Amino acid sequence: MKQRAAVLGTGQTHHATKRHDVSMAGMLREAIDRAMTDAQVGWDDIDAVVVGKAPDLFEGVMMPELYLADALGATGKPLLRVHTAGSVGGSTSIVAASLAQAGVHRRVLTVAFEKQSESNAMWALSIPIPFNMPVGAGAGGYFAPHVRSYIRRSGAPEVVGAMVAAKDRRNGALNPYAHLQQADITVEKVQASQMLWDPIRYDETCPSSDGACAMVIGDEASGDAATDGVAWIHATSMRTEPTTFAGRDQVNPQAGRDAAAQLWRDAGITDPLSEVDAAEIYVPFSWFEPMWLENLGFTDEGQGWKLTESGETALGGKLPVNPSGGVLSSNPIGASGMLRMSEAAKQVMGKAGDYQVDAARTALGHAYGGGSQYFALWLVGADKPE
Amino acid sequence: MSTEAPPLSEPLEIQFDYTRSLGPVLGRFMTGLAERRIEGVVGSDGRVHVPPVEYDPATAAPLRDFVEVGQEGTVLTWSWCADPVAGQPIQRPFAWVMVRLDGADTAMLHAVDVTSPEEMHTGMRVRVRWADEPVGHIRDIAYFLPVDAPDDNPPTSPAPPRTEHDGIMVTPIAASYQHTVSPEESRYLRALGEGKLIGQRCPRCEKVYLPPRGACPTDGVPTTTEVELPDTGIVTTFCIVNVPFLGQQITPPYVVAYILLDGADIAFLHLVRGCEADQVRMGMRVRAQWRPREEWQTSMRNIAHFEPTGEPDAPYESFAHHL
Repeated sequence: MKQRAAVLGTGQTHHATKRHDVSMAGMLREAIDRAMTDAQVGWDDIDAVVVGKAPDLFEGVMMPELYLADALGATGKPLLRVHTAGSVGGSTSIVAASLAQAGVHRRVLTVAFEKQSESNAMWALSIPIPFNMPVGAGAGGYFAPHVRSYIRRSGAPEVVGAMVAAKDRRNGALNPYAHLQQADITVEKVQASQMLWDPIRYDETCPSSDGACAMVIGDEASGDAATDGVAWIHATSMRTEPTTFAGRDQVNPQAGRDAAAQLWRDAGITDPLSEVDAAEIYVPFSWFEPMWLENLGFTDEGQGWKLTESGETALGGKLPVNPSGGVLSSNPIGASGMLRMSEAAKQVMGKAGDYQVDAARTALGHAYGGGSQYFALWLVGADKPE
Repeated sequence: MSTEAPPLSEPLEIQFDYTRSLGPVLGRFMTGLAERRIEGVVGSDGRVHVPPVEYDPATAAPLRDFVEVGQEGTVLTWSWCADPVAGQPIQRPFAWVMVRLDGADTAMLHAVDVTSPEEMHTGMRVRVRWADEPVGHIRDIAYFLPVDAPDDNPPTSPAPPRTEHDGIMVTPIAASYQHTVSPEESRYLRALGEGKLIGQRCPRCEKVYLPPRGACPTDGVPTTTEVELPDTGIVTTFCIVNVPFLGQQITPPYVVAYILLDGADIAFLHLVRGCEADQVRMGMRVRAQWRPREEWQTSMRNIAHFEPTGEPDAPYESFAHHL
């Protein structure tokens, strides 16, 4: 039987293309110090540390958690590193939560990061493998054919991708921590930007960011003791499936559908669209908003784009999606999933500032990674779960 | 006993020059090295850490109290390296050491240049041998020598004047792999070397995999039945790559498509040429365009690309379940 647990505080860096002024350790500490201040805890209050980042090839530091232990305050404490490709920030949050839910630790510090300026993720994701055609072209090259499949399958009009991008970038301009600040972006400007991996345009693509995100997660007593509002964790779920197998649905993967079904069941949600107030969904390329709306069960299959097109996923809509600006506004890869989890928490804590969704009581955090193989979800609420 | 040829294997070399942002502590340490000084940092318990640490190992507090330490030190322990590899500090047999510099409380890993392990012992005294041209990099300490050893070739340039380090250090990293494929993939690649496409059928779900996997990823059972497939099929879906990137081997723009061969149950990625990129369609019929036979190897690169056959497109419903 799981015990109750809550997000006690969150923190993140100001995400940027190049944080040449700080080391990896210093960058993590900016996020950690903010999270610990927000949670009103000191180092003595932290019982364990859980860190996540994407593949080591992205910075060329093998097992960075060893070098980072001092900066993470992990001396003499359990230190775990989690790795599930781009979803790692989400799964790291869930591993940290599970340590509190299991009653193993009272308070767990969790942090995730990427310092993309130290390397070149496009290179790292396109290593030519012997005997094979050298057709790898980064994450965009991987996902673009599946985006094309979604457009064909759903019959969505081409403008929907540009609408998502313009919305998320405008939301990002309300978030002082977001990497891209594009308050004046328009659907027309997105449509006029260069095709990088047809059908994915430049402005429909996430930036390359340096950044980190941290949270302090506590047990029920810690959550009860907090005076400044916490985000109670109502349910978590993770699922995985192979990258390729005959008959795999690459547009609407089974693992994502299964993860969502379990999350709603465990949280007692029967109608996600009306019962969830805000969603932070991992959308690195704009078309993944309607794709994941369907995969998560917010709409029926083939209908996700209609929710986007109607404006219901914008701030003020029925289900604001990525009010923080999302991955399209900041993408420190390893941290991007944790940013989704922590931004969901901030919404129900009432700490989302200019992008606060009115009266948000229940919010979803979502991350995916690999070739749409790894899924990590959590549902947080302002109220303590039954 | 199988008399099958051994699995195919090829080297895979990758390398990248990583750009390190050093931050305030290691940045200052590297600045010192460029001036042939070694600085440590004082921890909360009074210990002097060399190299300096940015955060205190005991309290996690940021550390900024720097102190210069000596350029001689004591070997705390060592290990003989008889066969140095590229990139190691000395390109002849040498000793790895943990050396504690005078004034420091921690030891750092480095190298001592002596000709044999008989010249090494724990507790021996060593001194820094600086690189000829310091640049503000950990390699400015070239290696260590026994304190009483003559230095036949000391650096001739004077220590450079104090300069502000830009906080950036480039670290070239290379990794050498030997990429070995499975027996099933080896048979498939050797068949490709003869211009044939050999897949495998799962005995349970009867799906045909190309390349063959040796086991069905859905049923988990060994796949042993080989199936020869034609070099014709369809494009299920695709993208047009317009973006250049480091390490790219094909000049953009180019069409990367999932090709589903006739009789196969899974598509693979390959190039489509022979028409304008904007003429490529989902469901388009294509045929392999093979390279000249004398260029064939055991590689999917024997097929240069796929080209439209001009036949009518496959209806969407016929391949929708492959997307």
